[in-house]
Amino acid sequence: MGVSPMTLFLLRRIAGFAVTLFVAALIIFLLLDLLPGDPARFILGINATPEAVAALRAQMGLDAPAHERFLNWIGGMLRGDFGISSTQRLAVSELIAERMAVTLPLTMIAMVVSVVVGLPIGILAAMRRGKATDTALMVLAQTGVAVPNFWFGMLLTLVFAVTLRWLPTGGFIPWDEDAGAALRGLVLPGLALALPQASILARVMRTALVDVAEQDFIRTARAKGMTKSEAIWRHGVRNALLPVLTILGLQFAYLIAGTIIVENVFYLPGLGRLIFTAISERDLVLVRGATIVLVVATTATMLLVDLCYGLVDPRLRRQGA
Amino acid sequence: MMRKLARQHPSLAIGLLAAGIFALLGLVSLWWTPYPIDQIAISRRFLGPGWAHWLGTDHLGRDMLSLVMSGMLTSFVVASLGVLIGVGIGVPLGLAAVAWGGAVEWLVLRFSDLTFAFPAVIVAILIATLAGPGATNATIAIGIFNIPVFARVARGGALAIATQDYVAAARLAGLGRATIAARHLLPNIMSLLIVQGTIQLSLGILAEAGLSYIGLGTQPPATSLGLMLRDAQSLFLIHPSLSLIPGLTIVLVVIALNIAGDGLRDAMDPRLRHQGLSHGAG
Repeated sequence: MGVSPMTLFLLRRIAGFAVTLFVAALIIFLLLDLLPGDPARFILGINATPEAVAALRAQMGLDAPAHERFLNWIGGMLRGDFGISSTQRLAVSELIAERMAVTLPLTMIAMVVSVVVGLPIGILAAMRRGKATDTALMVLAQTGVAVPNFWFGMLLTLVFAVTLRWLPTGGFIPWDEDAGAALRGLVLPGLALALPQASILARVMRTALVDVAEQDFIRTARAKGMTKSEAIWRHGVRNALLPVLTILGLQFAYLIAGTIIVENVFYLPGLGRLIFTAISERDLVLVRGATIVLVVATTATMLLVDLCYGLVDPRLRRQGA
Repeated sequence: MMRKLARQHPSLAIGLLAAGIFALLGLVSLWWTPYPIDQIAISRRFLGPGWAHWLGTDHLGRDMLSLVMSGMLTSFVVASLGVLIGVGIGVPLGLAAVAWGGAVEWLVLRFSDLTFAFPAVIVAILIATLAGPGATNATIAIGIFNIPVFARVARGGALAIATQDYVAAARLAGLGRATIAARHLLPNIMSLLIVQGTIQLSLGILAEAGLSYIGLGTQPPATSLGLMLRDAQSLFLIHPSLSLIPGLTIVLVVIALNIAGDGLRDAMDPRLRHQGLSHGAG
């Protein structure tokens, strides 16, 4: 056999990714293209004249049979063509790309903040296990997990925008106009998104470290004369990162979805606002494009986590698990 | 009994008691609230907390306490039904994966991967596009989100049980796969399912709040804690209490459920600490 286990592992994961995406696209197509009956009539409403419906049908390419339309849609997306929005008369790919300039940086900021805050708290709590610091930090994390991110956004606005006037209450200045102002507009929403995520990360990190601390190699390190904290820091953290990585991947996927909600608090022109307008105006092509982008982002993150897993832990590669 | 519980598992007792009180307050709202929640009195709007209105009134002069009670009921009902959907579909899938193995297991795992690709918000968006927003649609979206979670927990727990001698004995005695799953696997993963159920219940309450807040969940004249926050959106800079009260209620309910869940886990089986219960947010 000329194929290495690593290649096999990669191929298997990527094939699984492609199949998941294909089936997800099929489901979205069934829901948004076939289920509403005639999409042209759905968009125009019940009072439309038959001529108007027929014209829109022809324009949207609805005369072709369903399987052809599905393949056309997939083929178009592979070429970067997501169709034309039926209400805004613009390319869906452009509309989404424009909004992604808000949503994606926001997700990144939230992710970075939650890692930078969450992991050290988890490590500190594990090192001080059972002491007052541990208890205090875990009470904090327990509360953080329970706070809805969008409500925390409202609180942040009250404190930092209204009372202290350090940051804007909402709205967004495009990057090419004033990058500094754009970034300032994303600070509070980023913090709002990061709080629950950081709390979850801190809890997972602590649990993972506490588990690792009971392993033989930590005992060996202690027997060699290291203090408990040294042993955990030098040998434990690396080993505890595996479960943390899984949660991190899951979180990124849900952060993208959560961003849609938090954008609402700060009146940010991100993907969320685009989708809500599309829903209320029955712009099926736009909803279809936006949901598939979200699904691709979610699935791709999961794939990336799986692949990182394989790189970090060679045992998993061999099992092909 | 309650005293024994409080002594042995204080966090479980506190969490259950608090969650129980919140649920009861919600339930009572079915028959009684201090004021009818649809009673609009513009002249009495934006009142601060006082004897007549313990938590004050909102922008339409409605009693906040009444709204919180009624909203809590919606939140609990939506989240509980979401858990029931997840358990009802996810657990049989997870058990079938273990009992039959092979192609069935592969299908269940792929199905659960696929469902993970659709976070609750996306499902809610799809449903809202087709059928319009509403509490039912939020329930379905949260339920679908719960399915793979329970399928994975059930499969993980059942895999460990399936290697036990008594399962082999049952197989030798000629019991069918479905019977073994129902009689031997299911009872032994009950504690796992109950603990995960508590976690999903608290996540469901957060999800309901989020969905109603962006307008995809509960619709007026019904109310929910998330919908109260939506109503407060344009006013909370001037009247912060409109958003503080429902928000704090959500935080307290979720903390109560999480403490109860952690306590349950420790009380039922200390080994569960290591069984990989997922705490992800959605």
